[in-house]
Amino acid sequence: MGIKFMKTLIVGATLALGGLGVANVATASDAGGTHKLEHQKWGFNGMFGTYDRAAMQRGYQVYREVCASCHALEHLSFRHLADKGAPFYNADTPNPNDNDVVKAFAKDWSIEAIDQDTGDIIDRPGIPADKFPLIFPNAIAAAASNGGAIPPDLSLITKSRTGGADYLYAILTGYHEAPHDFHVADGTYYNTAFDGNQIKMAAPLSDELIEYSPYMVAGEHGAEPHEVAAPVATTDQMARDIVEFLTWAGDPHMEARKRIGLATFLYLFIFALLLFLTYKTVWRNVKH
Amino acid sequence: MSGPSTYEPKYAAAKWMDKRLPIIRMGVDFMGFPSPRNLNYWYAFGGILSLCLMSQILTGIILAMHYTPHVDMAFDSVQRIRRDVPFGWLLQSMHAVGASMFFLAVYIHMFRGLFYGSYKAPRELLWIIGCAIYLAMMATGFLGYTLPWGQMSFWGATVITGFFGAIPFVGESLQQWLLGGYSVGNPTLQRFFSLHYLLPFVIAALVALHVWAVHHVGQNNPIGIDVKTKEDTLPFHPFYTMKDGFAIAVFLMIFALFVFYLPDALGHADNYQRADPMKTPPHIVPEWYFLPFYAILRAVPDKLLGIILMFGAIVVLFVLPWLDTAKVRSMRFRPTTRRFFYIFLFMCFILGWCGGNSPDDLAFTFGHKNVMVDGHEVSEAIGMTFKTLSRIGTIYYFGFFLFLLPVLGWIEKTKKLPDSITKAIHDGEA
Repeated sequence: MGIKFMKTLIVGATLALGGLGVANVATASDAGGTHKLEHQKWGFNGMFGTYDRAAMQRGYQVYREVCASCHALEHLSFRHLADKGAPFYNADTPNPNDNDVVKAFAKDWSIEAIDQDTGDIIDRPGIPADKFPLIFPNAIAAAASNGGAIPPDLSLITKSRTGGADYLYAILTGYHEAPHDFHVADGTYYNTAFDGNQIKMAAPLSDELIEYSPYMVAGEHGAEPHEVAAPVATTDQMARDIVEFLTWAGDPHMEARKRIGLATFLYLFIFALLLFLTYKTVWRNVKH
Repeated sequence: MSGPSTYEPKYAAAKWMDKRLPIIRMGVDFMGFPSPRNLNYWYAFGGILSLCLMSQILTGIILAMHYTPHVDMAFDSVQRIRRDVPFGWLLQSMHAVGASMFFLAVYIHMFRGLFYGSYKAPRELLWIIGCAIYLAMMATGFLGYTLPWGQMSFWGATVITGFFGAIPFVGESLQQWLLGGYSVGNPTLQRFFSLHYLLPFVIAALVALHVWAVHHVGQNNPIGIDVKTKEDTLPFHPFYTMKDGFAIAVFLMIFALFVFYLPDALGHADNYQRADPMKTPPHIVPEWYFLPFYAILRAVPDKLLGIILMFGAIVVLFVLPWLDTAKVRSMRFRPTTRRFFYIFLFMCFILGWCGGNSPDDLAFTFGHKNVMVDGHEVSEAIGMTFKTLSRIGTIYYFGFFLFLLPVLGWIEKTKKLPDSITKAIHDGEA
């Protein structure tokens, strides 16, 4: 019986993995990349992977000071930055709307609103409940200001590209001198990771383009808040940090998902074991 | 098969109830349904599929409370579900992964029926109702994939509804009628949402017929011979509730693996981009469970013929009970047919592989040859294209049903069948 069950299980698993493998090969093979993506080491990969808070916070600074001149974060509100598991979560102010850091960030943006007394359209400083504003009023304006290419929304950028975080990192660090026999069209830049190797986005990062602010570790469990020195903003460092931030932006509940997943597995394992023992007990006198 | 009811109400309230509405009797008879005692784990997928349907309906009802079927809001509302609705990320992931798991289970269930001859008399209608369920599942899956309104949603819907346009004479009008316009747009999304909510309940009704039919004719079993005595059977509960229960728990672990750790593995990255009618993705591919049919569609150069073949691939399942001429049900006793069945299974995977790739790309490379391009000598790979491979797969697919099964039924020398299930168990043959 045991052997028979193992056989069934192995055949079943092979069939399942075979089917899903076909599915995976199918989705991976149409990535259309001209070269292989180099896999980077990310702390958020794997079954127990988590986000690096400090890197996400630096990543937000890169977004604010570099990317935000063209790219929007359509699906994010400022308050999301202070949710549990988010870069600026503070256990002392669990309600994201009360988070001082995020309040300050929001205030830094100007939001178009309707004056409640006159009905006029006005600009007011943002509050945590506001969405990140669009950078261009519409797609035509975005294209017109960027040589015909619309800067994509960044809140799902790692999810919407095959290769995800590795791909984004490869794009940001893929600006090189074009080979001699390669003609780079006007208004485009040579990039080794981009499909066709010509991208309309100029290299957004360069060494020490910004200066990282020192980062405050919130005083959790009664400890004093303390400052941590930030690393030098090299291109590679900024690329890693923005990828960390944008991966979170695309998948903000990843840590909770993996945590609950582990508990679910533990539960299912015990449940399956009990069912198996019950099944064996019920069938003990039955020849089959 | 189910025979006269043996239920005897013990308590006064149960007796009162039994005289007026014998619903307790129905439940007790249902749970005590005599099942062949030699069912293996492949027979657990009926239960697994019921669970899949319930899970899809429950998560779907809650998702519908938060989803907005409008071209300007659908994509954002899905993001809102995944970000702001409490546990919305879990519900959405369970529903999307659940569709894949549902199809995984239904394919195993169908291959099991094919292997053990569960479509043969007196189970022809049981099989046909099953095929109808599968067809309704395909429609539901396709409609549901449109709802997130990503790039693959939009372009997948455009390609699939385009099939109807290829039908002679009425095609164009039919297509416009289905879409509610000249192209996929807001009327399309709204009707797809409406139908996506309706069809699961049609499936549930078909499942009720399916279960009714199986309770009437009795379950088939791995040796495919009829139940002869009470000795050959066991009551469904507790014997199979516990055995199936264990199988369900194992299945749920595979389900959980995808929901919690690989939520995007079965989807396409392009569907995280908002639908853009002005931007065609370089490769439009359907969900993995449609890939074999997509390969059949693209195996022939003519659009209409491709569509006929693709639908034919499903129609052939409906008439299978009359295509297979063999008297013996289980392939355990049909050594030759069994080999061709394994090749058939393999070919389905091959077709799936072809469906996910561009027809003109090479599936296998045999070597290189030098060709002249613009006065330069360039090395070019030669080999078998996916189109050729999908043609081989398509020919085998139809050949298996239309030629091999009818002919093998006549000429194959089958192994000797055991006298009864009980005897087979005793001899170690079950």
